[in-house]
Amino acid sequence: MNSFSYVRVSDVESALREGGAAGSRFLGAGTNLLDLMKGGIERPQRLVDVTRLPLTAIEQLPDGGLRIGAMATNSDAANHPLVRTRYPLLSQALLAGASPQLRNMATVGGNLLQRTRCYYFYDSAFAQCNKRNPGSGCAALEGYNRIHAILGASDQCIAVHPSDMAVALAALDAVVRVRGPKGERAIPLGEFHRLPGDTPQRDTNLEHGELITAVELPASRFTKSTYLKIRDRASYAFALVSVAAALDMQGSTVRAARIALGGVAHKPWRAMQAEALLAGSALDTGLLRKAAAAAVEGAKPYRDNAFKVELAQRAIVRAVQTAGGMA
Amino acid sequence: MDISKRRFMQSAAAAAAFGAVPHASAQTPVREAAQAAGGEHLQPLTLNVNGRPYVLALEPRVTLLDALREYLGLTGTKKGCDRGQCGACTVLVNGRRINSCLSLAVAHAGDEIVTIEGLARAGKLHALQAAFVEQDAFQCGYCTPGQICSAVGLLAEAAAGAASGASADVRDLRQVALSDAEVRERMSGNICRCGAYPNIVAAVKKAGGAA
Repeated sequence: MNSFSYVRVSDVESALREGGAAGSRFLGAGTNLLDLMKGGIERPQRLVDVTRLPLTAIEQLPDGGLRIGAMATNSDAANHPLVRTRYPLLSQALLAGASPQLRNMATVGGNLLQRTRCYYFYDSAFAQCNKRNPGSGCAALEGYNRIHAILGASDQCIAVHPSDMAVALAALDAVVRVRGPKGERAIPLGEFHRLPGDTPQRDTNLEHGELITAVELPASRFTKSTYLKIRDRASYAFALVSVAAALDMQGSTVRAARIALGGVAHKPWRAMQAEALLAGSALDTGLLRKAAAAAVEGAKPYRDNAFKVELAQRAIVRAVQTAGGMA
Repeated sequence: MDISKRRFMQSAAAAAAFGAVPHASAQTPVREAAQAAGGEHLQPLTLNVNGRPYVLALEPRVTLLDALREYLGLTGTKKGCDRGQCGACTVLVNGRRINSCLSLAVAHAGDEIVTIEGLARAGKLHALQAAFVEQDAFQCGYCTPGQICSAVGLLAEAAAGAASGASADVRDLRQVALSDAEVRERMSGNICRCGAYPNIVAAVKKAGGAA
């Protein structure tokens, strides 16, 4: 790991002042950043430790929604009674990620800022990685691309976003609260992460010096939900494909559906066409298969990840069936 | 000078620790030690480990794992992958299990850290240590300190009603029964390359009062 300086801040004003300086990076628990620094992928000159900021509260909002402080740990968010009882989808997704030790460390804000686990990004022995070194090419395009994207990729980058939590947040229409040098703003989860396009080095739309202060969830009417994660081993592995499915049901009719996919794109992937197909209909397997097919329309698989196109569809069908009590 | 950087760092850091550190050979004020080590980046800090304060001067890039092993001489905590993938480095910080390899020592100034060396009380093994011995829950033993610290955290989490990926319904806030499936899921952050898993599960259940 390269040498760097470290400062711990205890209030948001100091964090913004310290974090805004050139060469500074915010340090949450470091479960991803330190890992990347050990590999020489990230080389910050100065780390601003924000884990002691008073941003750990998880509290109900006046409109019935929920605010989760950015420094709440993944464990605390997953286990908070309001999250478990009102947003079980989020709790499930959090508990599907990483390991108990890592969840005890990792913050909610940091989870959103995880970087891809693309092998070619993570291993500096590979010269080609547009995300690591813009303009150098993409080794995954011709390489072993089993874990890579099938949707929304570009010829510059086919990496996927690794978070489970963010997939649930996408389905739940979460909003990310941010403070920075230019003030405060709210970014809908769907606009927080970016598609790679020709700037794959940028994972999110955060500007330098901007600090995530909270994630807010609207009051949930999606009382039936499930998070389904498909991976190479039963626990402690990133998703090959995951599905966050949430349903607002009236009897046996779907009033509204929310479906988001993980492991298939550079950001949590909302399957809006599939959601629209399900709205207003009864849940039957034929319709579900049609909706699942719509979700992967335009998918572009590579040499080793074609299986994800079929897997994603089957996972959608199963997740929605489970959420709706059909499985 | 025919001395490796690692050796040099070790001796300089040992000299930087005031307390009765196992391999400290000199008691040098922190600033002098910092200068001796040649690092303008050395930061003074106190780590509270197993109920004892250790005054140190460390570079910010020293992980908690390396601070424990290389600077405090507490080598019970093991370095497996050093990348957060194996759990061998698991310790308890403020009562919670974490991976010490992915955490900076300076970020834990003021925290209460417990390692495998701090679990036994007055010569009596912790219930989990005793259960691991009794259930023969290890072969080579390298992952064992991490497994045991992790299991201590697990039992505290379960007692507090924490859910897991094995929970049938996270909306059910009642305390969990530690089934094999629950223990396996909750211990999934600790890899055992010898494959002692069945006996580890038995030991955790035994210590948790479920078997």
